[in-house]
Amino acid sequence: MSKKFYLYSALIAFIIVAPFAFPDFKTQLATVWLMIIVALTWDMTGGQMGYNSLGNITFYGTGMYVAAVVAIALVYDVGEYNNAFGGGIYVFTSQQYFLGLILGMVAAGVFCSLIAVVIGFITFGLRGPYFAIGTLGVAIAAGELVSNWDWVGGGQGISLPVFPGDYDVGKVMFYFLFAGTGVILFVFAKWLYSTRFGAAINAIRDDEEKAEAMGIHTLQYKLAAWAIAAFFVGVAGAISAFQLIHFEPLETAYQTINLGIFMVVCVLLGGAGTLWGPVVGAILFHVFKEVTWNYLLGWQWVALGALIVVTVVYFQGGVVGWVMDKFPQWFGLSRVAEDVSEDEQS
Amino acid sequence: MEQFVSNFGLLLEFPVVNLKIVLDGIMIGALFALAAYGLALVWGVMNVKNLAQGDFVIGGGYICWWLTQMGVPALVGVPVAFILMAGIGWIIYILMIRPILDRDLFTTLLATFGLAIIMAQLLNLLFGSDTQSVDLGYDTLYFLDGFIDVPIAKLLGVLMAGALALGVILFMKFSRMGQAIRATAQDARAARVLGINTDKVYAFTWSLNAAICGAAGAIIVMVWVIQPFYGITHSIRAFVIVTAAGLGNLPGVIAAGLGIGVLEQYGAHIFGIGYQQAIAVILLLLVLIYRLSQQRRVRQSLR
Repeated sequence: MSKKFYLYSALIAFIIVAPFAFPDFKTQLATVWLMIIVALTWDMTGGQMGYNSLGNITFYGTGMYVAAVVAIALVYDVGEYNNAFGGGIYVFTSQQYFLGLILGMVAAGVFCSLIAVVIGFITFGLRGPYFAIGTLGVAIAAGELVSNWDWVGGGQGISLPVFPGDYDVGKVMFYFLFAGTGVILFVFAKWLYSTRFGAAINAIRDDEEKAEAMGIHTLQYKLAAWAIAAFFVGVAGAISAFQLIHFEPLETAYQTINLGIFMVVCVLLGGAGTLWGPVVGAILFHVFKEVTWNYLLGWQWVALGALIVVTVVYFQGGVVGWVMDKFPQWFGLSRVAEDVSEDEQS
Repeated sequence: MEQFVSNFGLLLEFPVVNLKIVLDGIMIGALFALAAYGLALVWGVMNVKNLAQGDFVIGGGYICWWLTQMGVPALVGVPVAFILMAGIGWIIYILMIRPILDRDLFTTLLATFGLAIIMAQLLNLLFGSDTQSVDLGYDTLYFLDGFIDVPIAKLLGVLMAGALALGVILFMKFSRMGQAIRATAQDARAARVLGINTDKVYAFTWSLNAAICGAAGAIIVMVWVIQPFYGITHSIRAFVIVTAAGLGNLPGVIAAGLGIGVLEQYGAHIFGIGYQQAIAVILLLLVLIYRLSQQRRVRQSLR
């Protein structure tokens, strides 16, 4: 039983106890997990593969819509349901609710993977900033088109059934859905980065031409990495859809300048290209966001924008990058290895 | 869907409607081209891709609008916006652009995105989130039995945009600073060796860009509407134009600017005003895909 085993056991125990230890913060804790999920998936393409997408929010919004449509379509006609605007009475039994939730999560993940492959096939020829702007364009266009699509409720958005049973139990369930997805994603990413696949996407980040010359089929690796990322973001979106009950396209689902940019800042704040960086960054960012929300009413967006600028301009290595720089022995890095990593950053 | 088809049919049935749409598109496209020229300038000279471009435009618009609220004639607002935005641009350069000049391009993109969020929010806090415009109170000219209406204010806007563009072009061509900027764009290191203070050139280029955007915004508030959160759409339009035209291609920027203005007016006519932002973004994607397919032919990627 190594030291690491005890550390991870303590973490798992904390994750399970947290919603009961801090009963007033259940929804907040669930949101922290959402941030961790989107940050880890962004880092998969951004930090590890060097493709900085500003459009991963497309998968979050699409996941929300797919889950909602699947859950409704199991019981009612979707177009009719969405155009009732509260006029009709639609009842979901608890069996229908849970079936819709589970099927919705799966469908959202799979569908988002598919559209990631389609979008990626078009956009992965773009490099660097063009890729960032192109994916940002995809996200904005998707939001605008969905908000003009009446079958899924147009600009009004979709209302989903509420959790059958006690309100508090529902909160705990959503916490554990997010936490479970997050833990699975973390373990999966830890394994993935240790395989040949991880080495291949790191090679793509460092020098794509050389990687291709070495016989790595770069497009396939890029599509696979993005599809994995999109799967988890889609699942997170599906859970969010049921947690929020009502959502609308531009402000909640395809929230380009909110969550879409927050996930990037989380990763940069924590340290891009590291496993723990996105996790640490997501927690720090969420705490910062909630504190400014509470104490800087009206100015919170200015504070967030300033955080983005300061992080990007003056603190790009992130927290984990900074710790790695100061205490390389903690990570089993020697001084020589540190010099190499500095070369990579410049 | 039926509505789209009937709107499209209208264009074929009454050809004169096309003329009106094209005229409207050209008048608004001239202003897009102005902001895009500023973007091409900083992109080409400093290699900074500025996502806050549209917010500079909106900032200039609010300066002009606020002056008219104070009782100053609106036309005075254009030079004032030009000068004030130049000052604001200089401060922004010192604080956040200079430290990231030699970083990778995604850094500058993200930093300017943060700047865009800050500027949009500050404008929202200062002036509220309503759409605003300035009415110059001029007449409207009518041609062809009233089918075509040309507000004199819009005509004046196009003339001012043209005069500003001409001034900037002459400045770039003949002044000492303009020559230094062009030299730096060609080869920054050689320019430094030959005694050009490139740091000063970068600072000047950045604030000139902010000033051009500010003046464009001051004209836009007279002929159209502004709102604190419209900035991102203007930024995307500028990117569409520059990506389509390429860097350092002034006739291309003007043509692409007028083209996107016309295409947007057609899109708004056929699909309705609700799709306006979507049309700008989809044009961006189309331009990117077109450029990409061109590059693929020679087995290159767009970078």
